[in-house]
Amino acid sequence: MTTLGDSFLTAWQLVAAADTRLAGIVWLSLRVSFAATLIACVVGMPIGALLAVGRFPGRRVLIVLFNGLMGLPPVVVGLLVYLLLSRAGPLGAFGLLFSPTAMVIAQAILVTPIVAALTRQVIADEWAEYREQLRSLGASRSRAAATLLWDGRFSLSTAALAGFGRAIAEVGAVMIVGGNIDGVTRVMTTTIALETSKGDLPLALALGLVLIAVVLSINAVAYAVRGWAERKWG
Amino acid sequence: MIFRRLFCSALAVAGLLGAGSTRAEERFITVSSTTSTEQSGLFGHLLPAFEKASGIKVRVVALGTGQALDLARRGDADVVFVHDKTAEEKFIAEGFGVKRQEVMYNDFIVVGPKADPAKAHGTNGRDILEGLRRIEATKAPFVSRGDKSGTHAAELRYWKAAGIDLDKAKGPWYRDTGSGMGPALNTAASMNAYILADRGTWLSFKNRGELAIIVEGDTKLFNQYGVILVNPAKHPHVKQADGQKFIDWVVAAEGQQAIASYKIGGEQLFFPNAKP
Repeated sequence: MTTLGDSFLTAWQLVAAADTRLAGIVWLSLRVSFAATLIACVVGMPIGALLAVGRFPGRRVLIVLFNGLMGLPPVVVGLLVYLLLSRAGPLGAFGLLFSPTAMVIAQAILVTPIVAALTRQVIADEWAEYREQLRSLGASRSRAAATLLWDGRFSLSTAALAGFGRAIAEVGAVMIVGGNIDGVTRVMTTTIALETSKGDLPLALALGLVLIAVVLSINAVAYAVRGWAERKWG
Repeated sequence: MIFRRLFCSALAVAGLLGAGSTRAEERFITVSSTTSTEQSGLFGHLLPAFEKASGIKVRVVALGTGQALDLARRGDADVVFVHDKTAEEKFIAEGFGVKRQEVMYNDFIVVGPKADPAKAHGTNGRDILEGLRRIEATKAPFVSRGDKSGTHAAELRYWKAAGIDLDKAKGPWYRDTGSGMGPALNTAASMNAYILADRGTWLSFKNRGELAIIVEGDTKLFNQYGVILVNPAKHPHVKQADGQKFIDWVVAAEGQQAIASYKIGGEQLFFPNAKP
């Protein structure tokens, strides 16, 4: 396959040339998806923990709901956020459409259920183990949820990484709410889609390889940091 | 409590990351346009010249003509730059646009397998209607954009003019892809199918496979582009002054020359024809 060979070569050349435009696109991708993941963790982790520990009516329904929402189609989320932020929509006055902020919002909505559902699983396992102990200390359920979240912080990094992976890989939502505007909202995935449209398949694949390399490095760094932190504070 | 502090700082960081370099004070307009102008590389050539002359950045959202007009109807663009006269006039009549000005034209072509199994080339390769009739008669694979774009609207007009009722004639040979010009060309290349394309996208398209131009040069294949300022009376936030500046520039000598000077492989893609 010449295309594959070409792509590896092009990918290497792109990286070696330290192309500033490419760097800008990669940086925007990272910025947007990192911000979205951060919001998703702040919102999703407490929800997940409460779902694991809490006892309230509708809890099971919510668990199924969050598990199901992990499969939210990005295009639908994009469309929803688009209609909200559009000038004709309820939040149109803020003029946020076609901005990185709009992309963060869309990705955060996409990723929050993933973080919440995975957190619930992690915390539920811990809860089963430490339930008696926490109870004997007289901890309330929300106090217990907070303690378990802190206790499981290393395991929870996987939930955050899963969310980040989903955010940085999706194209449907950012394409709609960002508009793939050159230099403003063009990220890795929309660039790949654009180059595919132009029929420049080797370049599109090369950009894909760069994206995969970036995601792999982030995971490697996260893994190393986790190991180091666990040794130090675990 | 530690969680509250974490919560607040995380939100602050997220806000910074998200809004970091949007440069709110940057002067820009949003133009909704077509995939043909974006993917042919015209905007990459044209806009830097305008930005240099005016100091106004142009943010292009590239969609099919139908979607581009809908986007403007909701007030999400300041200017539309598209190619479907009928739809554009409807847009004006509904009060969403101020005035339609013609900017440039290029032409549509029928692209298909080099071997031309349907003999759509005909006697001189200049008759679009005869070409389509032959494709339909032989049920040769044909890829349609099917996305309400300007090119899709033109394709439907040609079928009608050729006397073919698509609703009846449609079969497995007619592939409705619902995609932009480039993706549709990719599909046609991999299926060795016929397709109606705009010349600009075809010239800059790289994944041609076994495809070649089969029909071109028919006067019916003329493809006119127009530019319209979105009506500030409907959407008060429209950047009227800066949008009008862009329109004035693109129909004036400077913009028209910039359009004419865009070439790929020595071939001119768009022909300026604004009326002063």
